[in-house]
Amino acid sequence: MNKREELLTEKQIRRRTFIAFTFLFLFLGSAILGWQWLHRQPTDHGAIQPLRKVLDANEFIFSSLFSKKHFAKTYSKDLPLPHPRVNGKIGLNSAFDTATWKLHLVKAPGDTLLIGIDEIKALPKTEIIFDFKCIEGWSQVTHWGGVRFSDFVKKYGLDEQSKMMFAGLSTPDDEYYVGIDTKSMMHPQTILCYEMNGKPLPLNQGYPLRLIIPVKYGIKHLKRIGTISFSNYRPPDYWYERGYDYYSGL
Amino acid sequence: MKKVIHKHPLAIRWLHWLNFPILTIMIWSGLLIYWANDVYRLGWGDRTVLKFFPGSFNKALNIPFRLAEGMSIHFVFMWLFAINGVIYFLYLVFSGEWKFIAPNRNSLKESWLVILHDLRIKRGLPPQKKYNAAQRIAYTAVIIMGLGMLLTGLAIYKPVQLNWLCAMFGGYEWARAEHFTITILLVLFFLIHIIQVIFAGWNNFRAMVTGFETENIDAKTETAMPTEPINTKSETDEQA
Repeated sequence: MNKREELLTEKQIRRRTFIAFTFLFLFLGSAILGWQWLHRQPTDHGAIQPLRKVLDANEFIFSSLFSKKHFAKTYSKDLPLPHPRVNGKIGLNSAFDTATWKLHLVKAPGDTLLIGIDEIKALPKTEIIFDFKCIEGWSQVTHWGGVRFSDFVKKYGLDEQSKMMFAGLSTPDDEYYVGIDTKSMMHPQTILCYEMNGKPLPLNQGYPLRLIIPVKYGIKHLKRIGTISFSNYRPPDYWYERGYDYYSGL
Repeated sequence: MKKVIHKHPLAIRWLHWLNFPILTIMIWSGLLIYWANDVYRLGWGDRTVLKFFPGSFNKALNIPFRLAEGMSIHFVFMWLFAINGVIYFLYLVFSGEWKFIAPNRNSLKESWLVILHDLRIKRGLPPQKKYNAAQRIAYTAVIIMGLGMLLTGLAIYKPVQLNWLCAMFGGYEWARAEHFTITILLVLFFLIHIIQVIFAGWNNFRAMVTGFETENIDAKTETAMPTEPINTKSETDEQA
């Protein structure tokens, strides 16, 4: 049996007990002090700095799992779908003229291409029905249609740009903006979306063009795309600035 | 003079106490995250017996509107939870301590006797080693729950890259519900654990800190002891 036995005096037992409990209280005390220390640290983009460093390390670790061959589960068209939830209006509140909208594609600083919605609709269409996942924890099977971002890249000769680290997207009024690694942007399920449930996007879902990127949480699915640009540095990201993980990859 | 019986190895004690603040932080940050979509309840149809969690609970603990903070804590301390759990598991396996924890053939039957005994319905317990049958089942279950936390957590953390894992738990929403359910079970385990530790008394509790339990030796054994007490030897050993 794995039990060691010995004979000790009361005094020895008391001494050993005292030492062991001292270690326990030192440990629990330092756990509390450590927790308090953590909360005294400066914040980095809304998150406590040491935590932010680990979140960035998590990105490094978990982005290695990323593969273009890992797909978000898709669903059949026959399934009755719930009405897609409208969960964010940031960037959609400014006066907006749908008739004059053009996508601003910044190929390089000073080299911006303006693209109309009809040109985008002329590209091969891709539809996806997947479980849209909000960072709040809810999810909804929803149906979207548009052009694969990778097809868009091919059509507009963005090979060089797509090899940069990040794409930055923002609404026409620049109130909402996201930064996304180009690997995720080039995933075959990522689409520049102009249809929901087979009909043009409603205004509150980002008419005329929004991003659908199933490998990310909903916060990255920017509605009403105004500008797309590329960078090797993290483009500004609305929720990142408010303490969320930059990568937010699923 | 008392007999000292060494019960819990040092590694078990440290891993046990390390887990206490880690799990507390994981559950706390989990609450901050869960609040943003607090859909679970006990009930049927439109009737809700218990909502997780009542507004008063959230308010009292200042939980609302702290999702980003909760996520940043959760996805940092998850590493400590996982590492501590893996070390604990490996220690159990390689030290042979698992033999005291893993239920055996009689555990299921005997655990009922333990429960009846603890509820003061029946007297007397079957002979046991370090843990009784109910403890074996409870501690094994808690290890499995820990593994379940890790895996359901990974499934909802990376449901696309680890889509096979997510599918294994019945999909994204099921995995989230399972992650939540196991948390509740862990909290219930914790409550029963505390109550049982209180009932078991000081000697048992001290063992999780010092490692040993003590036992009075009756006069007969004491007189039968050699004139040269064993303890002098062990004392010099200790000082050496």
